[in-house]
Amino acid sequence: MLIDAFSWLMVILILISSGAMLIGKDWRIQLGALAMQYLAAFWLITRHQPFVVGSAKLVTGWMIVAALGMTRLSLPETDEDQPTFGPESRWFSMVLLGIIALITAGATPRIEAVIPGLGLSVIAGGLLLISTGLIHLGLTSEILRVIISLLTLIAGFEIIYAAVENSILVAGLLALTNLGLGLVGSYLLLAGSTPTVTDLEEDME
Amino acid sequence: MSAPAIWIFVPFLVGGIILFFIHERFSAAIGGTIAVLLSLSALIFPIDTALLVGTVSLKISASVQILGRSFIFSTADGPLLAVIYGVAALWFFGTQASGTANRFVAIGLMIVSLLTASIAVEPFLFAALLLEMAAMLVIPLLVPPYQKPKRGVIRFIIYQTLAMPFILFSGWMLAGVEASPGNIGLTTQAGTMLGLGFAFLLAIFPLYNWIPLLTEEASPYATGFLLWALPMFTVIFALDFFDRYAWLRTSPQLSSAVQFAGVFMVASGGMLAATQRHIGRMMGYTAIAETGLIILAMGIKSAEVVHVTFLLLIPRGLELAVWALGLSIIKREAFNLQFSDVQGFVRKYPIAVIAILAAHLSMTGFPLLAGFPSRLALSQELASQSLFISFWTYAGLLGLLIGALRTMAVFVMAEENSGWVVNETWIQAGMLGLGVIGLFILGVAPQVLQPFISRLPALFEHIGQ
Repeated sequence: MLIDAFSWLMVILILISSGAMLIGKDWRIQLGALAMQYLAAFWLITRHQPFVVGSAKLVTGWMIVAALGMTRLSLPETDEDQPTFGPESRWFSMVLLGIIALITAGATPRIEAVIPGLGLSVIAGGLLLISTGLIHLGLTSEILRVIISLLTLIAGFEIIYAAVENSILVAGLLALTNLGLGLVGSYLLLAGSTPTVTDLEEDME
Repeated sequence: MSAPAIWIFVPFLVGGIILFFIHERFSAAIGGTIAVLLSLSALIFPIDTALLVGTVSLKISASVQILGRSFIFSTADGPLLAVIYGVAALWFFGTQASGTANRFVAIGLMIVSLLTASIAVEPFLFAALLLEMAAMLVIPLLVPPYQKPKRGVIRFIIYQTLAMPFILFSGWMLAGVEASPGNIGLTTQAGTMLGLGFAFLLAIFPLYNWIPLLTEEASPYATGFLLWALPMFTVIFALDFFDRYAWLRTSPQLSSAVQFAGVFMVASGGMLAATQRHIGRMMGYTAIAETGLIILAMGIKSAEVVHVTFLLLIPRGLELAVWALGLSIIKREAFNLQFSDVQGFVRKYPIAVIAILAAHLSMTGFPLLAGFPSRLALSQELASQSLFISFWTYAGLLGLLIGALRTMAVFVMAEENSGWVVNETWIQAGMLGLGVIGLFILGVAPQVLQPFISRLPALFEHIGQ
């Protein structure tokens, strides 16, 4: 009972972090939300998988957040005003979050009926993350936000997939995939942003 | 020694060593030689069969266990491994001539080894994860550290990442379909998820928009390698699905959907290629049309499905390598590959231009070139099944031919008094020359592939037998 209640608390954490991810445009808020999502994913994964597998997910996730954060920190800040109208506006994001929450509430019992034994909280958490990832992906073309969206989507998928597939190899490969995606994100953020050796030599001349 | 250790771990390790310890000047030679050795060893040493060398008995064991799951190669995998590493060797030797990034050979070896692992992993569904990891390794090849990433590469990584969950989850659902084949709802859901997964992976219409973008913005050689490697292994993965699940093979709806997707790609790719004014994008659209042909081959209702599919896949590696090498050489001077920038280039880079045109014509199915026998075989199969599909396939191929003729016209539009010079280095000329000769050999004597192709159906228990 207490475990169930805690699982639902994690679902609420996912909802809050999804909101922060969609509404907050600052990269620090986005990465903070991602870190929170990994904490919730850790708990929901351990409902069906051993503690070690869940903690591997948590550690990998936080490593990715750290890598992306350190990369972004090394880049110059850009001042972007929050638009008041259109897909980038705060109100639009809040409406989208509401739609995601409604769809999740509607779909969760139906999925539980099709695949019994997953657990309502696990399905709800997974669906919330998948929907947030997809919606976020549709709203942005900025590299950091695209990578965060993909990581969110995969985290949601992993929560549900962990309930049906308990292979350690899959857990390991998924962790590597997440880590790879984080590193690809860091690489793409850095690509073209730092002067090459030749540029520096030209400047000195 | 086990087969997965030789054909997966060794190339991955060598790739790592080249990346960190070997000077770029030697990387092409070392990587190419390793790939050739792996190809020859796959051809010479049978897997899981004792071989007597003098008084010593040698046996390459078939499998290795990692984290409770197996990586297995059977005896039937030998010819496939020989083809994979043989074509990979061509790409690696070509890097020296193309002047591509020094990391190409190292990362390329790692990519090929990961993709090879996708053939060996059991349960085979986990291949989706290995394909995703290989796709991520391609990124440093597509975006050099000094260049800002553009739309094409972002779309590529998004689509490849979206494919993975669809395929993994559909695989789990397919097990349920096998247990209760009468459940129409579950079957439809599993089929839709599987279709979406492969649509993302194989860049099926309309999800192929990243290909022309990439061929425009990234290095042609790296993009060409990507357009060879990923579809090749994805097709093998898809054939595995057809082989394992009886309802996928027998479903008329799925067969129609596969053929429709294929013909749409051939027709749209061909027609769009005919209207391009950028020779990089031209290669992209031609590759799209050829992927369509491969999908069409996978959908034919015949025992020849494996033969025809591999007859298309194997020359594709050579065609794209020659084309991409030619483009890389020209791009060094032209920078932008717009028609206006490469006008009259036949008098400056005659060998590169001839190679590009030969590869382009080969992919349109021009007689005497490598693409002709496979298109002939596919046409025979299609003509007996659907005239509608045959018509649109030819319409697509006609579009590719128009594209080739337009490219040729642009290349020969030189100023009247400009002289002929050969600007290619001897390595470039040699590599391109060998590639073009290879295209002619595969076109005139396609039976040279027979020793490989005749043994490939053994890879699949149910299809093509």
